[in-house]
Amino acid sequence: MEEKVKSIIEKYGSDKSFIIPILQDIQREFNYLPREALDALSRNLGVPPSLIYHLATFYRAFSLNPKGKYRLNVCMGTACHVRGAPQIADYLERTLDLKAGETSKNLEYSLETVNCLGACALGPILVVNDEYHGQMTIAKTAKVLEGIGAKVEADE
Amino acid sequence: MNKLESMKELASLQEKLRKARDPKKPCIVICAGTGCLAYGTQKLIDNFRAEIKKRNLQGKVDLRTSGCHGFCERGPLVVIHPKEIFYQRVKLDDAAVIIEKTVLNDEIIDRLVYKDPVSGEKILNEHDVPFYKKQTRLIFGQNGQIDPKSIDDYLAIGGYSALAKALGGMKPDGIIQEIIKANLRGRGGGGFPTGWKWDSTRKAKGEPKYVICNADEGDPGAYMDRSLLEGNPHVVLEGMIIGAYAIGSSNGYIYVRNEYPLAVSNITLALERAREYGIIGEDILGSGFSFDVKINRGGGAFVCGESSALFASIEGRVGEPRQKYVHATDRGLFDKPTCLNNVETWANVPLIINRGSDWFSSIGTANSKGTKIFSLVGRINNTGLVEVPMGITLREIVFGIGGGIPKGRKFKAIQTGGPSGGCIPEQMLDMRVDFDELTKVGSMMGSGGMIVMDDRSCMVDVAKYFLKFLEEESCGKCTPCREGVKQMRIILDRITEGKGEESDIELLEWIGSGIIDGSLCALGGTAPNPVLSTIKYFRDEYVAHIRDKKCPAGVCKPLITYSIIKDKCTGCTACARVCPTKAAYGEKKKVHTINKETCIKCGACYDACKFDAILIE
Ligand SMILES: Cc1cc2nc3c(=O)[nH]c(=O)nc-3n(C[C@H](O)[C@H](O)[C@H](O)COP(=O)(O)O)c2cc1C
Ligand code: SF4
Ligand code: FES
Repeated sequence: MEEKVKSIIEKYGSDKSFIIPILQDIQREFNYLPREALDALSRNLGVPPSLIYHLATFYRAFSLNPKGKYRLNVCMGTACHVRGAPQIADYLERTLDLKAGETSKNLEYSLETVNCLGACALGPILVVNDEYHGQMTIAKTAKVLEGIGAKVEADE
Repeated sequence: MNKLESMKELASLQEKLRKARDPKKPCIVICAGTGCLAYGTQKLIDNFRAEIKKRNLQGKVDLRTSGCHGFCERGPLVVIHPKEIFYQRVKLDDAAVIIEKTVLNDEIIDRLVYKDPVSGEKILNEHDVPFYKKQTRLIFGQNGQIDPKSIDDYLAIGGYSALAKALGGMKPDGIIQEIIKANLRGRGGGGFPTGWKWDSTRKAKGEPKYVICNADEGDPGAYMDRSLLEGNPHVVLEGMIIGAYAIGSSNGYIYVRNEYPLAVSNITLALERAREYGIIGEDILGSGFSFDVKINRGGGAFVCGESSALFASIEGRVGEPRQKYVHATDRGLFDKPTCLNNVETWANVPLIINRGSDWFSSIGTANSKGTKIFSLVGRINNTGLVEVPMGITLREIVFGIGGGIPKGRKFKAIQTGGPSGGCIPEQMLDMRVDFDELTKVGSMMGSGGMIVMDDRSCMVDVAKYFLKFLEEESCGKCTPCREGVKQMRIILDRITEGKGEESDIELLEWIGSGIIDGSLCALGGTAPNPVLSTIKYFRDEYVAHIRDKKCPAGVCKPLITYSIIKDKCTGCTACARVCPTKAAYGEKKKVHTINKETCIKCGACYDACKFDAILIE
């Protein structure tokens, strides 16, 4: 891990003002910001851990916890909101037994929300990993969940 | 690729590329904006490619993937040149039939043709579709003509001519005067006169000077900046280079929102290509002027769209705004003179340089010139991006271009200005849209989000939605914003749960005015607007929640019940099948019932019922 972090830092010429892009690269590499990676960053870039954690908790793009295999992202932008996104989010929270922002213990599912994906015409939108599902209803959401192996309440 | 050493070389390259574009040659243009891609358009593109290869049509038929055309509602969109046949809602496996019939045999495929839902008329050409016809697509219109990944496409339609004109024959001061005379105002929200901002930055002491493009686009429900950056990155770059030359800056940044990966990759590619041609970098087009741009991906914080927070973020700090007693034009990024403009503002610059300030200022109203791109979303038939001249009425946007409200429902309000803006009621639909008029009615232009709401949208819920958003996004530096917004949200929670008190409305107004006066930056300074404007125009709805414990729009869960309208229920069992708690039940072909005790008001039955037999009240 130390080596990986070092090579990312070098890519930015060990320049402290690039700390946010460096964190973004670390996040992309590991899918989240592992503690050891942040320790390595602190040692190698010469910035205190307090500053790193200040940044990592301020910006939404960063996560200190690992993410699930399936990342479900519900758009909560205004357009999706007035078209019923809250119902979809409620349904997902209930069915996956997760709150928005949480990841299931078995690291299968992460439930997240985002404010506008720029595809408002298709609202409400659910993105699973990088795949967009538009004009969602509860029935369609149930199908998507079944497709990724989640347990959905039986029909009959 | 050869580096262009002079304006002359640029002109001859443009000419060559323009001539190489045979206007009679068939060309299939596929919209590959984010909206259409979300419909699965990549598959359609692959199918077209494969089909062209299979039939050995390479060289005879061109294929172009363009940026967003704006009519996202009807995607996937395909336009077939030279006749500009407009196909919408194209199926992913339609590639073969389109090539066979339309491209090779000039036949129209009826089911793909757009039918005007109002008149029922079939419309063959893209530019005749009312959605487009009623717009003035000065900036956005180029999206359909180019592949954003190809600098040659942009050059072929005359791209970078404004840059050559500016570098070749205009003095920096002359350019600034031209922008001032055009009366271009910032499209990022505040509407500050762009020319004066450039002028101050030019005159400020300190080196180096920075020029920044704000592509943070945090307004949840607005996506025009994204579509410009994705669909026409070079026009933004061209504007920035001209601005940098006028201001005397050789360092630029583009601060782009983290959630916009396609925009990041298209602008990155555009920069590389422009650098190869010598359009950006050292000694641009042999003029002696040098300028380069770095791309900075945002960290996903709404407040980073604010100028001083944005600077902090680029500098590698948390995005907290600072006091504005010094202007950014004097001390901005790294404490140096900085000019920050919005994506759309930059995109207007080449247009003004090419066609002159007199032409530009002939469009619009007394103090708002040119066009503005809005994202028209929510409960509207034609969702999409629309570019209109300043001064157009809201009614024309909603009903003329937007095609009105789906399912014949009733228009209730339109929200403009995002989280800083307000809701405008029906009786004001004939107002003219410009910077000053919108501010006068308690809303604002903002970045250009327009969210249409009908009688099934609850205004208290919408106000609560924006406050929740701002509560999460407040940086927390100053107390009125951090605590005040939270308290207002708690009061709204109470009201929407049926626990509101008569005095709550006054309390909201009182806290709101405190937040406006006491906040450090405009996030807090405008945060109460959505609440205050809905209280102003929709007080009845607040009163209904508080006094009658009812949500007239049927949105606020604790205040509504679901039941079945006996006369309409056919006993189809659709509701019983989807209900997650088995609250909806009944025998086949008999009227169903909803058990109010176990109903969790999730809305599944309402979605599933084909006979409108579910009553929410
Ligand atoms: C909380 C907040 C968020 C903002 N977000 C954006 C944004 O996403 N994009 C933008 O261009 N301007 C945004 N602005 C406005 C900028 O501070 C700035 O005024 C603008 O970028 C200047 O460019 P213009 O003069 O071309 O409009 C925001 C302002 C505030 C207070
Ligand atoms: S008004 Fe809000 S967002 Fe702006 S500085 Fe204060 S706390 Fe931060
Ligand atoms: S609000 Fe959901 S994509 Fe814009």
